[in-house]
Amino acid sequence: MSPLAGYLLVAALLFAIGLAGALTRRNAILVLIGIELMLNAANLNLIAFWRYGPHPEALTGMMFAIFSIAVAAAEAAVGLGLVIQVHRHAKTTDLDQMNRMKG
Amino acid sequence: MLMQEEVAAAFHPGNACIVSFAARVLWLIPALPMMAAGVIALLKQPQRRLSAGLAIGSLSISLVLAVMAFAHVVAGWANHVAVRETVDFTWMQVGAAHVDLGWVLDPLSAIMMVMVCFVGLLIFIYSVGYMAHDENFTRFFCFLALFAGAMLGVVISNSILLLFMNWEIVGLTSYLLIGFWYHKPSAAAAAKKAFLTTRIGDVFFLLGVVWLFAQTGTLLFYNGGGGSMEPLALGGMLATHSALGLTAAGAIALLIFAGAVGKSGQLPLHVWLPDAMEGPTPVSALIHAATMVAAGVYLVARVYPLMAAGIQPGGSTTALMVVTWVGALTAVFAALIAIAQDDIKRILAYSTVSQLGYMMAGLGLGGVAVGMFHLITHAFFKALLFMGAGSVIHGSHDEQDVRKMGGLKDKMPWTFYTYMAGMLALCGFIPFAGFWSKDGILDAGKGWEVSRWPFYLLVFGALLTAFYMTRQISYVFFGHTRSEKHAHESPAVMTVPLAILGFFATVLGLIGTPVWPWFQSFLGSSPAHFEFSALGESGMLMVSSTLVVLVGLGLGWWFYGNKSPKAEEPDALERVMPPVWVVLRNKMYVDELYGVTVIAFYWWWAQVADWLDRRVWGGAVAGVAWAFRGMAQLNRLFDVHWVDGGFDKGCEELAGGGGLLARVQSGRVQTYLRLLALAVVVLAAILIWSSRG
Repeated sequence: MSPLAGYLLVAALLFAIGLAGALTRRNAILVLIGIELMLNAANLNLIAFWRYGPHPEALTGMMFAIFSIAVAAAEAAVGLGLVIQVHRHAKTTDLDQMNRMKG
Repeated sequence: MLMQEEVAAAFHPGNACIVSFAARVLWLIPALPMMAAGVIALLKQPQRRLSAGLAIGSLSISLVLAVMAFAHVVAGWANHVAVRETVDFTWMQVGAAHVDLGWVLDPLSAIMMVMVCFVGLLIFIYSVGYMAHDENFTRFFCFLALFAGAMLGVVISNSILLLFMNWEIVGLTSYLLIGFWYHKPSAAAAAKKAFLTTRIGDVFFLLGVVWLFAQTGTLLFYNGGGGSMEPLALGGMLATHSALGLTAAGAIALLIFAGAVGKSGQLPLHVWLPDAMEGPTPVSALIHAATMVAAGVYLVARVYPLMAAGIQPGGSTTALMVVTWVGALTAVFAALIAIAQDDIKRILAYSTVSQLGYMMAGLGLGGVAVGMFHLITHAFFKALLFMGAGSVIHGSHDEQDVRKMGGLKDKMPWTFYTYMAGMLALCGFIPFAGFWSKDGILDAGKGWEVSRWPFYLLVFGALLTAFYMTRQISYVFFGHTRSEKHAHESPAVMTVPLAILGFFATVLGLIGTPVWPWFQSFLGSSPAHFEFSALGESGMLMVSSTLVVLVGLGLGWWFYGNKSPKAEEPDALERVMPPVWVVLRNKMYVDELYGVTVIAFYWWWAQVADWLDRRVWGGAVAGVAWAFRGMAQLNRLFDVHWVDGGFDKGCEELAGGGGLLARVQSGRVQTYLRLLALAVVVLAAILIWSSRG
């Protein structure tokens, strides 16, 4: 098994764990954590493809990953801000309780 | 007729091209009172002096114009010119037919309009006094002026259509004036009765007018040889035959005569005239004694050439025979009824009907001059009698029952003496006006070769006339007072017209005596001269008719003179002949006869029409409505169940579909996320699947 396949396997595992968390947790913060896991799995894939790709000397993969982490940080900040507002409004972070935005 | 032809040879006809000033302004004579009526209609109730002044002033000017026209005709006659001046104009043109109107100045219209204006003026003046206390004084003068205008319009018309139009206005004003005190139910009913009864005659009259127009193509009486009363048109109508063996001329003449029967209260349409006495007394005097009822007689005189078309010397025509018989029967019939009446005006009303019968008989027996002479003299003495009766009623505080009067001779001397003059003139006592005119009729009756019966009837009528008038004056003026009310003489505004009319009732007959037949010659356009020999010819008749009158007066005095019975006591005649009295008292049951025949038929017919309306026509209408309602219901069902149902179904489907989709939008973030994940898996699967192939 090549090192790339190992990384990819770990990344896929991480993604699956993140997806499972995001889909099954009731708590909004835990769902956010799940999404964060999936993002990081994607980042791991980016780094792995860059490191074992045809041009490891160009720092493109790392740049891409750092952008992604910065965006994820902003996304986490917005998401947490939303969760705090929701909590203030509804006194709960349970996603099942927050179903009033339906069509 | 023969005499008239001789006249035509002796007289050269007036020049038709040059129309005199008198004839050209002739239209003003009816127009002035009509305009006055229009102005008075706009006045307010308190403007009494102005309204009476307008009416009297306009009629005075008409009288001046009428006298002027009369003088013109007399001047022409003196110069041996038979004046007949017409002014015609076309009213409207419809294709080839044109409707002509116009007026005519000839001896007949001239003498009639002077009479109408003169008697009318006296009655207008009298009305100022009689109606002084009536609150509708202004309205009264409006109607009177309108009547005078329409009556003068009838007199001067040269077109039978213009005559008919004025004739109908006369009928209208008669209706309005009979019903003047419309708050009295009896007056309102009498007005309606008069209007409807005369309408029966007028329908026939209108038919006659239309037929005459169809036959001759002209509405004018005289039009320089082209009029309907001139030989050319008469010849055409004589040659045309119609049903029942009549010529067209005879049939048209009879139809026109039916109009005259209605207006002049002849049998069998006389029923309205006695009831018309519900109107104010000046109205009775002016309209229902002197002028309007004479319009029928005047009409017959105006169309006399048509009535007499085709007459043979010593014979008669169908139309003239009908006129004679109707007149003679009416004369006796009404005189009989007059005997048994108690209302002072009602006695005079039946006397008017009877005298109108004399006029008709005179026209039928002796021609225009004989009938018209009686018309003129009758207008004066009957207006006098009615105004005298009005004065009596006025003076004895609205008492009309002769049995409750009595002894007024000394209390109302002016009224008494003038009334006596009128009464003697009506009875035909020598030398009062009525004697000469009635004698003329009797003379013509004696010479009638068709039958002697009209003569006998008329002589009997003269006897009855003397009898009932004696009865009336015995009750009213002689004996002693039977009323507690204090009677008084009427004011001068009423007695002066009485005196003037009394004068004429006494002397007017002298213009038409057998010795000096001025009137007859004037109407016949032949020279008048004294003929003392005529006294011998008709002297026998004059003596015998005077005897007849004396017998009547004597009988009356024997029954009623100076008896002055109580009002509750039975009448003197009732004690002698009770069954006859009852029949006469009830006016020979003519009203009752009409009640069970004509009116009952109309009542039945109205019921049938009502039933037809309600059941048949109403049912048909309701059926159609029902059918449409049914169709509308069907339409509604279709709409509700099909159109609406389909629509609702579509909407429900849409809403259902929406609901299904809406269920996906649960609002649960994780559901969306799951779907997203699932979609990714599906997408990935498709990608893998497709890349592999």
